[in-house]
Amino acid sequence: MRRIAKLASNPVAIALVAGLALAGCASKKTPNSAADLGLGGGAGGPPGSAQDFTVNVGDRIFFDTDSSSIRADAQATLSKQAQWLNKYSQYRITIEGHADERGTREYNLALGARRAAATRDYLIARGVAGNRMKTISYGKERPVAVCDDISCWSQNRRAVTVLNGAGS
Amino acid sequence: MKNLLKTILLVGAVVSGFVPALTLPAHALVEINVNKGNIEPLPIAITDFLSSGGQGKEISDIVTADLKRSGLFAPIDKAAFIEKISNTDQAPRFQDWTAINAQALVVGRVSQEGDGRLRAEFRLWDTFAGQQMIGEQFFANPQNSRRIAHQIADAIYERLAGEKGYFDTRVVFVDESGSKTQRKKRLVIMDQDGANLRYLSDGRAIVLTPRFSPNRQEITYMSYESGQPQVYLLQIETGQRELVGNFPGMTFAPRFSPDGQKVIMSLLRDDGNSNIFTMDLRSRNTTRLTNESAIDTSPSYSPDGSRIVFTSDRGGQPQIYVMGADGSGQTRISFGGGSYSTPVWSPRGDLIAFTKQSGGEFQIGVMKTDGSGERILANGFQMEGPTWAPNGRVLMYFDQAAGSGGPKLKTVDLTGRNQQSIPSKNFASDPAWSPLLD
Repeated sequence: MRRIAKLASNPVAIALVAGLALAGCASKKTPNSAADLGLGGGAGGPPGSAQDFTVNVGDRIFFDTDSSSIRADAQATLSKQAQWLNKYSQYRITIEGHADERGTREYNLALGARRAAATRDYLIARGVAGNRMKTISYGKERPVAVCDDISCWSQNRRAVTVLNGAGS
Repeated sequence: MKNLLKTILLVGAVVSGFVPALTLPAHALVEINVNKGNIEPLPIAITDFLSSGGQGKEISDIVTADLKRSGLFAPIDKAAFIEKISNTDQAPRFQDWTAINAQALVVGRVSQEGDGRLRAEFRLWDTFAGQQMIGEQFFANPQNSRRIAHQIADAIYERLAGEKGYFDTRVVFVDESGSKTQRKKRLVIMDQDGANLRYLSDGRAIVLTPRFSPNRQEITYMSYESGQPQVYLLQIETGQRELVGNFPGMTFAPRFSPDGQKVIMSLLRDDGNSNIFTMDLRSRNTTRLTNESAIDTSPSYSPDGSRIVFTSDRGGQPQIYVMGADGSGQTRISFGGGSYSTPVWSPRGDLIAFTKQSGGEFQIGVMKTDGSGERILANGFQMEGPTWAPNGRVLMYFDQAAGSGGPKLKTVDLTGRNQQSIPSKNFASDPAWSPLLD
């Protein structure tokens, strides 16, 4: 339990654990949040904290190959994100769009940008103010899961909602 | 910049017709037909150049490596040589060379001029005709000895293959180090054979897709250094950097126009799509060329500047399109099964190279500029981003084998049979081949 608490304090570590857990197995399931990994709400830090957002809400959604459509599972996550962001309106947000490596560099930069914009637009439709959000595409430059098959690629096709701290 | 120009002028000082020992033939017997379907590499003997130190052997080794890698030449093992060349002004004993089936023979010598410059002379002999094909000499600063060797290789290639060589050229690319999740990327320039590596960025920001200006003095590339990914210009010699334009969103996929006056690139729209723009580097005027609700990217000019090839997913998946330089007449040209991207117009104007994804693998191929005559030259787990040698005969690209953890640079010629690896210490991607210097 101590190990889990330690991991939960670091969102990057959670993502890496997710990657390691899936690498090399045939599971098609991709974790949407630390809750899916069985970390539970207890590890999520105080309500309204970045840890709370990452662990209890889920900071990322996943996409199908060469698609920027918001899937049903992603809609659920984004709705929870919007609720949380509307409650804790002091945060500014950067939405990072990412692609897997199974596309060419420049196209994937554009695809990551499109995913970030689709995510932003979904949050706007759920009441999050557009002027709190900016987007950035990392194309295929920043994978979280590293292997040569679908188990990793499916985790890398993602949009991550990053809290930038309190806005003015 | 001044220094570089000076260096280039010095190296480029070629004096043709160096002391012809014999009368030049009306026409030579030895030649390579690069347009023939099945090219037999030409057996050629390249002797160590005469010199007081090791420089002569060094130069002939570089010439040998260049010609061998082209796939058009089969350099003969020096251990088989019968005649030992001791005087490059005398005709060789041709029967000693025809006896080992050397159809061409290269001899030369290297010496130091009074002013410190290196002087390299060489002769190319047609052994069966018993005639000299070229005699030339080159001068350069001693630190540029490798360039002399590449120029000699270019001269031999041009004489025997009937086309410009591509050995005295450079490549800019992205050096990759560190873990894949936090990859450090740095701009690097090197000679086309992997020598003389020089880093052009420090690795603090992600840098991508460098491309040469037509005069080889600048590159345009994409960097995350400001936080917002955008297109920059870099003066290679001074290291001076400059943002290209002041756009609200991400700019990416830059390339120069053939006259060097414009940068063409993609600009992200607020709705998440991307369109193609040009920016005039003098007037700073920007011009929109595409306006689809789609991803339009990877633009590349035809060498005469009249047309542009690009990638668009307006039809549902990435395909290759051609349009006029003003954006007129946008027409899809790729129709094979699969998706196509990273189109690059050949410097000869005749072909378009591309990356294709089909059946779970990646391919590097070429097609005619109307999309017909598609040929796949290389295929594998993951490869992309072809760039043309300035003579339009060879493509460089990056290839990541399954399980390798990262990409390396490779070349393939237009026959598809001659694939070569470019050595590099780290992983390497996004190569761009320099133009030839006039």
